[in-house]
Amino acid sequence: MANVTLRNVRKTYTGGFEAIKGVNVDVGDGQFCVLVGPSGCGKSTLLRMVAGLETVTGGEIDIGGKVVNQVEPADRDIAMVFQNYALYPHMSVFNNMAYGLRNRGMKEAEIKTRVEEAARVLELTSMLERKPRQLSGGQRQRVAMGRAIVRQPKVFLFDEPLSNLDAKLRISMRVEIRKLQRRLNVTSIYVTHDQLEAMTLADVLVVMNGGQVEQVGNPLAIYEKPATTFVASFIGAPPMNLMSTRADEIKSQLGGGAGEAGILGVRPEDFAITDQTPSGGVALPLTVEAIERVGAETFVYGSRAQNEQRVAANPGELPPGEIIVRIPGSEAPPIGQQIRVAAIRSKLHLFSGDGRTRIEA
Amino acid sequence: MVEQEGFRRYVAHIILWIGIAIVAFPVYVAFVASTQDNALIANGQMSLLPGGHFFEVYYQTIFVGTSGSTREPVANMMLNSLIMALLIAVGKIAISIISAYGIVYFRFPFRMPIFWLIFITLMLPVEVRIYPTYKIVADLHLLDSYAGLALPLIASATATLLFRQFFMTVPDELLEASRIDGAGPLRFFWDTLLPLSRTNMAALFVILFILGWNQYLWPLLITTRDDMQTIQIGIRKMMTTNDALTEWPIVMATAVLAMLPPVFVVVVMQKLFVRGLVETEK
Repeated sequence: MANVTLRNVRKTYTGGFEAIKGVNVDVGDGQFCVLVGPSGCGKSTLLRMVAGLETVTGGEIDIGGKVVNQVEPADRDIAMVFQNYALYPHMSVFNNMAYGLRNRGMKEAEIKTRVEEAARVLELTSMLERKPRQLSGGQRQRVAMGRAIVRQPKVFLFDEPLSNLDAKLRISMRVEIRKLQRRLNVTSIYVTHDQLEAMTLADVLVVMNGGQVEQVGNPLAIYEKPATTFVASFIGAPPMNLMSTRADEIKSQLGGGAGEAGILGVRPEDFAITDQTPSGGVALPLTVEAIERVGAETFVYGSRAQNEQRVAANPGELPPGEIIVRIPGSEAPPIGQQIRVAAIRSKLHLFSGDGRTRIEA
Repeated sequence: MVEQEGFRRYVAHIILWIGIAIVAFPVYVAFVASTQDNALIANGQMSLLPGGHFFEVYYQTIFVGTSGSTREPVANMMLNSLIMALLIAVGKIAISIISAYGIVYFRFPFRMPIFWLIFITLMLPVEVRIYPTYKIVADLHLLDSYAGLALPLIASATATLLFRQFFMTVPDELLEASRIDGAGPLRFFWDTLLPLSRTNMAALFVILFILGWNQYLWPLLITTRDDMQTIQIGIRKMMTTNDALTEWPIVMATAVLAMLPPVFVVVVMQKLFVRGLVETEK
C-alpha cells in the first residue's frame, strides 16, 4: 500500500530530446491512475521511469514515502503488466507466475499457495501446466496479471495491457482489471491511448501531450471542464467541436468579452437541432454532409457556411469548419439539408486563442 | 509441396535417384573395398559386391591399425578426433554465446569497436594466421595436447554473429520483466536466454561438430606423437607407404568409420532442431 508521487520528473535522452518535461502527479494509496495521451506523448516513458526501466534525469519519483530514483526495478516493490505480456515462453504458466517469487527466495510451499490463489481468481487453474504459446491472447493477458498479483506489490503498473486484444475481450478485461484492483486495493498506474478505457478505469486521470501534463483530475470533471483545447478534443468521442470565436456569426452571439476569447468548444451531444436560439447560447446554420447511425444515437456531420481557419492542430480534432452533432435515436435530417443547431450557454466551453487556457465565462 | 501427377512425378523421382546414386556410390565402393582382400584390390580385380573379410578388416582397423605406416589403432584416432571436435563445438558455442550476450545486452566503452573487431576476424581463418597461432601454442607448451588442438579454433565470429542476431530478436520486454522479477544479468542469461537459444545451439552444434571433426591442417601441424593423431590425419598417413603395398581395406574401413560420428550427430540433432522449428517459441 503506497502513494506514488512524481515531483517535477524530467527525462532528457542523450541526444538532447526531452521526452518528459517536468511532470507532477500525486496518486493516492489504492487509487487507480490512468495516463492517457496520443502516441509519443511520453506516457509509456513516464510509466517505465516509475518502474525503474528508464533512468530519471530530473525530479523525484517517490513510492510509499521513499525516493526511488536510484533503486533497481526489483527492489521498488512494483509489478508490471506489459503490452505484449512478456511471458517467459519456455516456462509453464505456473513457473511464469512463480519466477519472481523464487528469485526472492520464497519458500516453495508459499509460492504454491500464492500461485494457486491467483490462478483461481483469474480462472487459470486448469492451465497451470501449459506453456504460454498454448494459450489464447486473453489467457496470456491473465497470466501476465497473475504474475503481477502473486508478488503482492505496493504498486501495479500497466503498459497498454489491453491493446493486443480484440474489441469484445478488451471490454470484458477492462471490467475485470477494475474489479480486481478494487478488491486488492493496490495503487495502480495504467497507460493507455484509448480515451474510453481511460474514462472508465480512472480514479485519477492524467492527460498528457508532448511530454507534459495537460490536466489531472477526476475523469468526469475533466470531461465537463477540459482545461485546454487538447484535452477537449482528446477526451470524448466523437471529439468536441472547436471553432474560432472571431467568426462574425459567433462573435455577435457571444457578445462582450466572451466574443474575444479565441476558441469556442461545444460537445457533439450538447447541440440540438432546433430553430430557436437559446439566450446567451450559440446557434449555427449547417449543411448536412454525412450521417452515421449506430442504433441508439446518430451522428450528424455538417459543414458551416463560412470556412474558417484551423484554430489548433490537435490529434483527433475535426477538420476546420466541420461540426458533429450527436442526437438520440435514429431519426436524422437528409443529407444536403440546411439545418440549425444550437447549444445553451452552460454547455459552452471557452478557451484562449492558443488553446492553452480555459476561460470561465 | 506441390503434388504432381503421373509422368512428371516419375521424372522428378528419377532425377532424385540419379543424384542419390552419384553421392552414394563412392561411399558404397569404399564400404565394399573395406571388406575385400588387399591383394585382390591391388590387382584391380575388386568386385562390386561386399567381400567376406568384414569382421577381420574392421577388427584390425579398430584395435590394431595398419602394420606399417600409422602404428595406431583407429579407435584411438577416433577418440582423439571426437574429443577435439566436441571441444571445438562446445567451446565455440560457449564462448560465442557469452560474447554475443555481452555485446547485445551491456553498454560499455568501445562496444561497437569490439563488435567490429570480432566481425573482422571472420576474414582471418586459421590458415591465414597459422604461423603466429602455431608460435603461441608452441610457446604455451600445448603441442601434442587436446587443448592445443581445440583452443586456437574456438573463437568464432560466425557463431557470435548468429547469437547476436538471435538475441536482438528476443523482445526487450522479456529482459524488463526479468529485471522486475528480480533476476540479475546472470539469472536472465541462464533462466531465459539459454533455454530460448536451445534450438540455435543445436543447429550450430551440428555444423561446428562436423567442422571440428574434419579439421586437417591444424592437427597435422601441432600433433607429432602417434597417439595424438586424429582420424583425418591417420587416413592420409595410411595411404603413403614407401615400399609396402597400401593396405586399402584398412584405409577404406577407416574412411567409413570416419563418416559415422558426423552422420550420427546429424541424425540425432536433426530431430531436435526440426522439433525446435515446429514449436516456435517466441
